[in-house]
Amino acid sequence: MVLVYIDHQDNQIKKSSLEAVTYGVALAKQLGTEAHGLLLGTVNDDLAVLGAYELKNVYQINDAALSSFDAQVFVKTIAAAATKVGATTIVFSHNQTGKALCAGVSALLKAGLVTGAIALPNTSAGFVVKKSVFSGKAFANVSIQTTIKIISLSPNSFHTASGAAATASITPLDIPVSTGHVKITAVNKTSGEISLTEADIVVSGGRGLKGPENWGILLDLAKELGAATACSRPVGDAHWRPHHEHVGQTGVQVAPNLYIAIGISGAIQHLAGVNRSKTIVVINKDPEAPFFKAADYGIVGDAFEVLPKLTDAIKKMKATA
Amino acid sequence: MKILVCISKTPDTTAKIAFTDGAKKFDESGVQWIINPYDEWYALVRAIELKEKDPATIIHLITVGGSDAEPIIRKALALGGDEAIRINTDSADSFSIAAQIAAVANTEKYDLIFTGKETIDYNGASIGGMLAALIDAPYIPLATAFNIEGTTATITREIEGGEEVVNVNNPVVVSCQKGVAEQRIPNMRGIMAARTKPLKVVEPAAVEALTSIESFELPAPKAGVKLVSPDNIDELVRLLHEEAKAI
Repeated sequence: MVLVYIDHQDNQIKKSSLEAVTYGVALAKQLGTEAHGLLLGTVNDDLAVLGAYELKNVYQINDAALSSFDAQVFVKTIAAAATKVGATTIVFSHNQTGKALCAGVSALLKAGLVTGAIALPNTSAGFVVKKSVFSGKAFANVSIQTTIKIISLSPNSFHTASGAAATASITPLDIPVSTGHVKITAVNKTSGEISLTEADIVVSGGRGLKGPENWGILLDLAKELGAATACSRPVGDAHWRPHHEHVGQTGVQVAPNLYIAIGISGAIQHLAGVNRSKTIVVINKDPEAPFFKAADYGIVGDAFEVLPKLTDAIKKMKATA
Repeated sequence: MKILVCISKTPDTTAKIAFTDGAKKFDESGVQWIINPYDEWYALVRAIELKEKDPATIIHLITVGGSDAEPIIRKALALGGDEAIRINTDSADSFSIAAQIAAVANTEKYDLIFTGKETIDYNGASIGGMLAALIDAPYIPLATAFNIEGTTATITREIEGGEEVVNVNNPVVVSCQKGVAEQRIPNMRGIMAARTKPLKVVEPAAVEALTSIESFELPAPKAGVKLVSPDNIDELVRLLHEEAKAI
């Protein structure tokens, strides 16, 4: 059985978990088995609608100790649940929570783990999973040798597919849950902001924008596109933008459908954080900027002129589309 | 307080990525090696800052690898730390590395274990989580700030679209990223001192890897950039909509 860990935040299932569900269902078909979900705690969403993703059943473990995230507690609970239901493959999203949990579950079950998978495994001979390595500069095909296999799926690498006329059953699972040691004292959400690692479109600014006071034109474009905002390392280091927006080798790695880089030269360290983006647009007034070599589309021009025009053009396109 | 910092050797961020042996091995020829930036800039520097505040703190650095990892661990010692441990075996996969470190951690009993959030070569992001599970300690991933008073750590960690502040008593395993500390440059005094700091070589525990790399691939080269005139922005929007289907 393929067991998919369904992650949630603010009582809602994360989009990256729906990708993991779609992946798990496809993998189960490939292996000739069934896909089931595993949810710890409660969500406001109706779990039965996960049947639309062809998920047969969701196991739910409800315990007061699961109402806030504690990796140690969650890992033990997931490992026990996987053993109880007889999971042979466990799928996580490689999101902020999933990457912490899959590692722990792998260690407890001595189950081989591939993190950040970007495609379904090759099961023609063995079980070989493709993942991105060297910060997006290469791929590795990793073979898992153990009976139980664990995969974490890189966000934005597998599109969700729903639409099946089916409902998932919900099976409460009775697993003893240990008491945690981690106490959450505050949650600071950047209000209304789109999560950078989950975003379809990312609009990113560099030193070419000259100062934090000029970010308005970038934010306008991001708003029009429903995009998350990001920045280069010098911008983060200069505190023009919050450090969690820093994209690159030592910041956040993103893989959106569309990455728009404005006034960023494209140092190799920056490219390492964005080169798995499907389409890259570079706007820079320096035609020699190395980023153009990694781009699909480019505009050699002044960001202060190009950006407002681009925002208007998108508005216009949306109005006629 | 006793802190363990996990150190990994990685190719320099600008290293050319190529493969040999039928694309089965990373081509190490001409590659400059560095301390994995997350291990160095955030995990190690934060540990050093804690020691500067409380000089009674003991910092151990640990790495899993052959003698070729020693220049890297010496470089780490030049930044700070009291002694280093090298577990003398190949770093076969994340599980085997974590299990080797766990074997040392189980006898040494550290109050804090710091790792970088991931290595920049295999991007596994797994060592901290595995290690915490193996020694049955709480695990705080993706920390952006770390403070400790007595035995209670206050840690800020990244969550989707924000941050969460948690309190936890040590021992605890923390994976560190930007925000936890600022990069430092080793000074001459540190480099000289590092030469005489103890570097213990430990024989590995009996651990088997659970995975192996079959082969590597390089991404298909980009077709080349399509340049659009700044006076024809509508054309860019059309291309993004119709050709790239990105908007």
